[in-house]
Amino acid sequence: MRDFSYVRAATIDEALSAAAMPATMLLAGGTTLIDLAKCGVAEPERVVDISHLKGLDGVRIDGKAATIGALARMSRVAEDPAIKGEFPAISEALWQAASAQIRNMATIGGNLLQRTRCAYFRDPATFPNCNKRNPGSGCAALTGVNRSHAVLGGSSACIATYPGDLAVALTAFDALVHLGDRQVPVDDFFLLPGARPDKEHAMRPGEIITAISVPASPAARRSTFLKVRDRQSYEFAAASAAVGIELGGDGRTITDIRIALGGIATKPWRARAVEDALRGTAFEHDAIKEASRLAVEGAIDHGANHYKIELAPRVVERAILKIGAAA
Amino acid sequence: MTIVETRAKRGDAADGALGGRLSRIDGPAKITGLADYALEHHPQGMVHAVLVESAIASGRVVSIDANAAERAPGVLLVMTPDNALPIKSATDWLNTPPSDAPYEPLARSITFAGQHIAAVIAETFEQATAAAALVKVYYEEAPAIAGLDDPKAGDGMPLDRMTIEWGDAHGALANAPIRIKHEYRTPREYNVPIEPHGLIAEWKGDRLTVWEPSQWIDGMARTYAEWFDIPFENVELRSPYIGGGFGSKALALEHGAIAINAARMLGRPVKLAVTRAQTFTAYGGRPATRQTIELGATRDGKLVSIVQTGANETSMKAVQVEPLGSVTSIMYATPNFSSRQNVVPVNTVKPGALRAPGENPSAFGIECAIDELAYEVGIDPVQIRLLNYAEEDPHARKPWSTRRLREAYAAGAEAFGWSARQPKPRSMREGNQLIGYGVAAGTYPVRRTPGEALVRILGDGSVEVASSGIDMGQGTYTILAQTAAEAIGVPVEKVRVKLGDSSLPRAPVAGGSQFANLITGAVHKAALAARDELIGLAINDPNSPFRDLQANTLIVENGVISSPRDTGAGVGIAEIMQRTGRERIEALRDTLPENLRNEKDHFRNFTTITTMLSPTDGDYSLHSWCVHFVEVRVDADFGTVRVARMVSALDSGRLYNPKLAESQWKGGIIMGIGQALLEEGIVDARNGRVMNNNLGDYLVPTNADIPDLKVISVGIPDTHASVLGGKAVGELGIVGVAPAIANAVYHATGVRVRDLPITMDKLT
Ligand SMILES: Cc1cc2nc3c(=O)[nH]c(=O)nc-3n(C[C@H](O)[C@H](O)[C@H](O)COP(=O)(O)OP(=O)(O)OC[C@H]3O[C@@H](n4cnc5c(N)ncnc54)[C@H](O)[C@@H]3O)c2cc1C
Ligand code: SF4
Repeated sequence: MRDFSYVRAATIDEALSAAAMPATMLLAGGTTLIDLAKCGVAEPERVVDISHLKGLDGVRIDGKAATIGALARMSRVAEDPAIKGEFPAISEALWQAASAQIRNMATIGGNLLQRTRCAYFRDPATFPNCNKRNPGSGCAALTGVNRSHAVLGGSSACIATYPGDLAVALTAFDALVHLGDRQVPVDDFFLLPGARPDKEHAMRPGEIITAISVPASPAARRSTFLKVRDRQSYEFAAASAAVGIELGGDGRTITDIRIALGGIATKPWRARAVEDALRGTAFEHDAIKEASRLAVEGAIDHGANHYKIELAPRVVERAILKIGAAA
Repeated sequence: MTIVETRAKRGDAADGALGGRLSRIDGPAKITGLADYALEHHPQGMVHAVLVESAIASGRVVSIDANAAERAPGVLLVMTPDNALPIKSATDWLNTPPSDAPYEPLARSITFAGQHIAAVIAETFEQATAAAALVKVYYEEAPAIAGLDDPKAGDGMPLDRMTIEWGDAHGALANAPIRIKHEYRTPREYNVPIEPHGLIAEWKGDRLTVWEPSQWIDGMARTYAEWFDIPFENVELRSPYIGGGFGSKALALEHGAIAINAARMLGRPVKLAVTRAQTFTAYGGRPATRQTIELGATRDGKLVSIVQTGANETSMKAVQVEPLGSVTSIMYATPNFSSRQNVVPVNTVKPGALRAPGENPSAFGIECAIDELAYEVGIDPVQIRLLNYAEEDPHARKPWSTRRLREAYAAGAEAFGWSARQPKPRSMREGNQLIGYGVAAGTYPVRRTPGEALVRILGDGSVEVASSGIDMGQGTYTILAQTAAEAIGVPVEKVRVKLGDSSLPRAPVAGGSQFANLITGAVHKAALAARDELIGLAINDPNSPFRDLQANTLIVENGVISSPRDTGAGVGIAEIMQRTGRERIEALRDTLPENLRNEKDHFRNFTTITTMLSPTDGDYSLHSWCVHFVEVRVDADFGTVRVARMVSALDSGRLYNPKLAESQWKGGIIMGIGQALLEEGIVDARNGRVMNNNLGDYLVPTNADIPDLKVISVGIPDTHASVLGGKAVGELGIVGVAPAIANAVYHATGVRVRDLPITMDKLT
């Protein structure tokens, strides 16, 4: 871990101008940043602590949308009664993430920007070749240990899984990432690795996340987040699905459905093909099972992660059945 | 030295006596942060050492460029094989005499990734860490063998001394009407104690003080003394509390030599704590194993032959055996038996002991195989075990001292509700959950080494117990207070226990589940001797109020001395001491046999394992036994396995403190659940690196993974096994858990997983 200077920003403007300086990193809950600094991945020269900024930790909800401040703690948002009522998938995604201790420290903005758990990415001393850390150096995971790597959205440069849970739920419900005045749809905020896996999101230098907003909808109200993993708690998803559904007046016709997947792709993965296949059809098990297979269209495995291609559609199917059956 | 005062909060006075459920007396210090762990000391002038490890698995270090590191802020020394002061080789724990070659804890020739090649010592830990990253190492790389599965590893070397055979195992197998044959595998597993390994070393002249968590103070102190060529008495090793060891903190390790050498070279106290990642390479965990088991049986399920061939990986330089025949050879009665074992050298750190080395993977093989046989012949898995019950030790041909395994099956099956099991696999279901019941037995031998202890009765009527033995959470402080309180006849809160310091009376290793039995035996003996002296004083001293009674003996109860004939109120111990002018009564006793009573053998007894008796030395075969009943729920679509409930019935003989013994058993069972479902060291075959070398990726169970665990003691006092009737406790609980879960998973799904851990990808 390299020495760095530490500044505590007093105002948002101060944070913004600090963020624009080279080799500077923002510190919110610190649960990702400090970890990465210890393994030698993050080597900031300046750390700007934004965790004490006022006015960025609220949760506001009105008929149209929920707005969650970037500095709101994960545990606080997970417990928020309005979030639980209007966006159960968001609350559930947060509840199933990390550990109680981490959720009490970690912030919503930091959560979106957590980095991959690819073990090669996190071990620069032993593995110099990682395109995400060091563009053009190669990818140690392609022919290495990759049981948890992505089967969707990968490139020949990088197959690292986006590990977070919250962003999956946000992707299902078309959330907007607020970068001060600019707002970016969450699906556009996260980038595919392509040839430049080091570029993970659409933030410009000097921007910070100030808030997330999620439009309210009947599908968001009737939603769930299903996370599947070997360990019951405190493990990243092998596969996860955020699903919201709206049924018509007949109680059978799917009038709206939103599906996003986690744990299997290089970014939070919206499953539009499954949505399109089911929207307007009757809620029926065989059709749901059939359509869920579309979630992994185009998937490519690297041996050890093959099971995710079988697993992901089953997670989608189960989540749809669960939320559709719950009246 | 750590003194733990008994501050017993007791509802029941009987809790203070041996067999009572007294809570751990070191508990309050631990939960209030008062417990001073070895690495929390700050001797004046202390500096920090950080290790530089090999990035390759095989080859040699051509050169080390330490220029940049040496110039970095705060750096005092970059230690390499070229500038390190020489260290002598030491006698090992088997009493093998040292070689004349020097001992080199910093390697030039590399046999595994993560091997120590240099160390940076700086004023602060951060400075040492930053400078360690600046050390440039140039290697000449050679091809590496990544693990047991590497095709280059081959079959390894046969270990003839591990061969166990009787009857005509191959002939009987060939003629058996029912034959089954399968291979079972366990991966590399790690001890991962929450407290990392490490030490603080301080020299004063030629006297060395080391603060270090240790399961064997005298053994490690001897190694340090020999390495640095000083008398044993000049080493003071202090290990007041231990944050988990599970077998990995019993021996002096390379990093210990490095830190002590650095302290010697710099003339300042040096602290070295291995990082979390280094807890995967600074010492080894359980080696990966594979074993093929062939069972021959009659059509009604009676065994006629067992043929086992097994192998475990070891390091390139040393042979570490994980005895795979240990349970196979004693669990069931069979007229014909053969077990052979190889070791396979690979490029890994030398594997070590991890809770129940040998018995644990051995039970995984035989307890899965017998389950497979039960399905093959259509007999209930409990039934087939009773059908093949070993009435005596089939290997040693000696009677069991006690074997309450039948009682364990009965009590466990009853409490679990085994009779509700549907015989057919995949026949019990609740929604998406496939339900499976599984059973498996386990065993652990009773090992015996003589012990030693000092007991003092002080002028104020309180009692002190002292031993260099240790408490790593298993409850030594507590049961020794109970032992002394009962033997002398004082309330348990009057007893203070001192442990964990090499200046105290000696103790053998706290490992192999032998320690509680041997140390209670020694304390009991010393305490009775002290009590006898106290009574003698009360009877004979001219100033004693009992002098005129002319009694043969007196009663000591609850800290009060009285005469059996006299109905008076009695006199407190403190008063007797005062009146007779005694400050203390002191008894140092050992349980060594006559022929080991000389100074040389006494020393050997406590610093090697050469005096340890095997479970079959003597007329009986001594073992603890257990049975685990498990219900799993497997998600039919996802293949995720959850343990829904577990009942275990265990025979550890007499329990000195049932609350603590149960907690030991449960700890083992929880580790067993982790072993069955989660734990696996994952190695990158290209460079031998352990990829999940952190607690985020090396998965151990969380609370959410553990259901309510019911444990039932079915033991009875076994005085063949130990003076006070106890048998092995600590390592017993884990044995048999993984096969019970694997058997339950088969019952739930119809899929037999023979390689641990049972992760979802193996079931979908
Ligand atoms: C062992 C472990 C297990 C975990 N398991 C899970 C899990 O199962 N699911 C899951 O979703 N997550 C998991 N996490 C990740 C955890 O949720 C994140 O570490 C956490 O949410 C990050 O938030 P933070 O506030 O601590 O971020 P920080 O560490 O403070 O920041 C993270 C990054 O975001 C940047 N940043 C922070 N805030 C802003 C902002 N407002 N604007 C711009 N940039 C910003 C920082 O500069 C830094 O680069 C786990 C983490 C660990 C260590
Ligand atoms: S998968 Fe991506 S993050 Fe992992 S090693 Fe390859 S390039 Fe680096």
